[in-house]
Amino acid sequence: MTGGASGSASGGLHGRASWGLSQAAVVRIGRLVKRLTRLRGGGTALPGLVVERLDPHFLARVLGPLAGGVIVVSGTNGKTTTTKMVVELLRASGLAVVTNRSGSNFTRGIVAGLLDELDPEGRLLVDVAVLELDEAHAVKFVEQMTPAYSLLLNVSRDQLDRFGEIDYTARLLENVARATSTGVVLNRDDVLVGRIAHHLPPAVEVRYFGLGAGLRADFPGDDHLYGRGSGDGASPEPRTVDVLLAGLDESTATFAFGDVLQAPVELQTYGRYNALNAAAALSLVRMVLGERADDGVLMRALGALRPAFGRGESIDVGGSELEIVLVKNPVGFRLALASYARREAATMIAINDSYADGRDVSWLWDVDFTELSQVELVSGSRAFDMALRLQYDDVAVGRVEPALKSALEELLRSPGPKRIFCTYTAMMKLRHLLEPRFDLVSID
Amino acid sequence: MNVYGDWGNVLAILRRAQWHGYEPSVTAHHPGATFPQSVDIVIGGGGQDSGQGKIQDDLLAIGDKLHALADQQVPMLMVCGLYQLFGHFFETSEGERLEGIGIFDAETRGGPRRLIGNVVTSTAFGEIVGYENHSGLTSLAAGQPAFGRVVKGAGNNGQDKTEGAVHERVFGTYLHGSLLPKNPRFADVLLEAAALHRYGSFTAAEVDDRVADRARAVAKRRPR
Repeated sequence: MTGGASGSASGGLHGRASWGLSQAAVVRIGRLVKRLTRLRGGGTALPGLVVERLDPHFLARVLGPLAGGVIVVSGTNGKTTTTKMVVELLRASGLAVVTNRSGSNFTRGIVAGLLDELDPEGRLLVDVAVLELDEAHAVKFVEQMTPAYSLLLNVSRDQLDRFGEIDYTARLLENVARATSTGVVLNRDDVLVGRIAHHLPPAVEVRYFGLGAGLRADFPGDDHLYGRGSGDGASPEPRTVDVLLAGLDESTATFAFGDVLQAPVELQTYGRYNALNAAAALSLVRMVLGERADDGVLMRALGALRPAFGRGESIDVGGSELEIVLVKNPVGFRLALASYARREAATMIAINDSYADGRDVSWLWDVDFTELSQVELVSGSRAFDMALRLQYDDVAVGRVEPALKSALEELLRSPGPKRIFCTYTAMMKLRHLLEPRFDLVSID
Repeated sequence: MNVYGDWGNVLAILRRAQWHGYEPSVTAHHPGATFPQSVDIVIGGGGQDSGQGKIQDDLLAIGDKLHALADQQVPMLMVCGLYQLFGHFFETSEGERLEGIGIFDAETRGGPRRLIGNVVTSTAFGEIVGYENHSGLTSLAAGQPAFGRVVKGAGNNGQDKTEGAVHERVFGTYLHGSLLPKNPRFADVLLEAAALHRYGSFTAAEVDDRVADRARAVAKRRPR
């Protein structure tokens, strides 16, 4: 049996951790470390590391007693946006929810994030925890905690320097599903994810979200890129879908719950993949709430949702609009380019190659950039690799400026709408640069 | 077999051929299809271990054709998975052996961990800059020349400082990046060999490779 002690420790930190410290003391130490790292700019998981060393069962103790248990969201693309959607839909339905901050989806980061959420007794006064989990670190997480529910979004080529192979990534997600106690939601239209259903015990409820037939062509996956290299060229197995994305026109989405078509909803999260993420979130929430689910409440909450930073949000930069679009892998970049193709904007592409961005920039060669008329600025540590990519697709480049700060300054000087496609650490840096100057509403 | 951005190699050859004034045409070869009659350059990429099993039968079936082309000095670039199958065999870590076509006098065995990271090698065509990601460890027989000598990175097996292999104008390598866009001088070596095979001569045009040169300079300085 995997997973942690659900219901042990009676909801408080009264026992002993390592080193003879009380659990409450461990929390105090963790918070102190967190304050100190914040003084140095924050953004590290050091507090989490400290707490883990002092109290290896911290997660199980703190999350175990939750009445609704732990819900995890994982997959290659869409974790952050979908997790946020799930959280908002559950809160709109009356649940108290704790979640992890975006970018902190490694176990250590989750621990660090939870430190601030504890009451003076060291308890989490919420009904349920919804956690975004990085695929690789999910294995370590489910060794400590049994999720009650999990949602697996997709598998595509991403940061192969970290994962090695797509099949391996699929197996990691399978581990998460197999460790789940109550219910699993899968993407019917992702062959590698859909297959996971065959490995789950009958006691676990399985539901699916998926794409309407007319929309499949708008969502190219790895199979299109690689001529069926992944998934053996197999087609998705036909299955009944709980939430179907039946129609999509720009940002107006039509969903079906089972056979029942819902009224179209205007999504504020731009990008066609976000409409599918919404279907995923709805499916999970409907499963978790069961009889308590109110379709009207869910659809209204969905329409009110604002995107997470870097996931299609528009920022007002002194009268004009700046969109920050995170790109992490070929499928994600292709979908982003296709989603924004009809909306002209001064464009910047920023490519870094830190560990979190993916150190191997080969993936840029699996993205087709020919639809871009021109790119004003190319930036990031691998700006010249990106410029080289554009040269081979005959896309005119204004200027190559590896330094993000200078590139951003220059982009902000151009009139009209602006857009930045960026990898993860470049996005974090841009956010850091933009925050003091402009009102970033949905800081998560 | 194209999971690691090796389409970039095809694109580089396509575009550079056009820039040099030629009219290239690309045929994608899938298992079971008839191998084209007239071929001037062959490019193969890397994939997952599971992919290699699928193409193996077809590769063995066209093996004689490929040997004949190699003897005619037709240039070929074989990256990662296909590099391994151009040797004698690839043995997985489970002990399953996939037979290759033996163009390179080399053997590959699955190792305990992946060799991943930025690579710089020194070759007869200057420095080559790329990125490797493989668990296969390749050993070259005594008389089998390598493509290059490792300056930074692991290469064929992390032990003997060799990277890749060469036979006639057939080049095998573990390097992604993609390889040819960031190594334009080597790309033109392949194009020249293709033109020589087809026309007996190669007329090169001036190509602006300044961006590639800057990209190489940056890539060389990146940490392993």
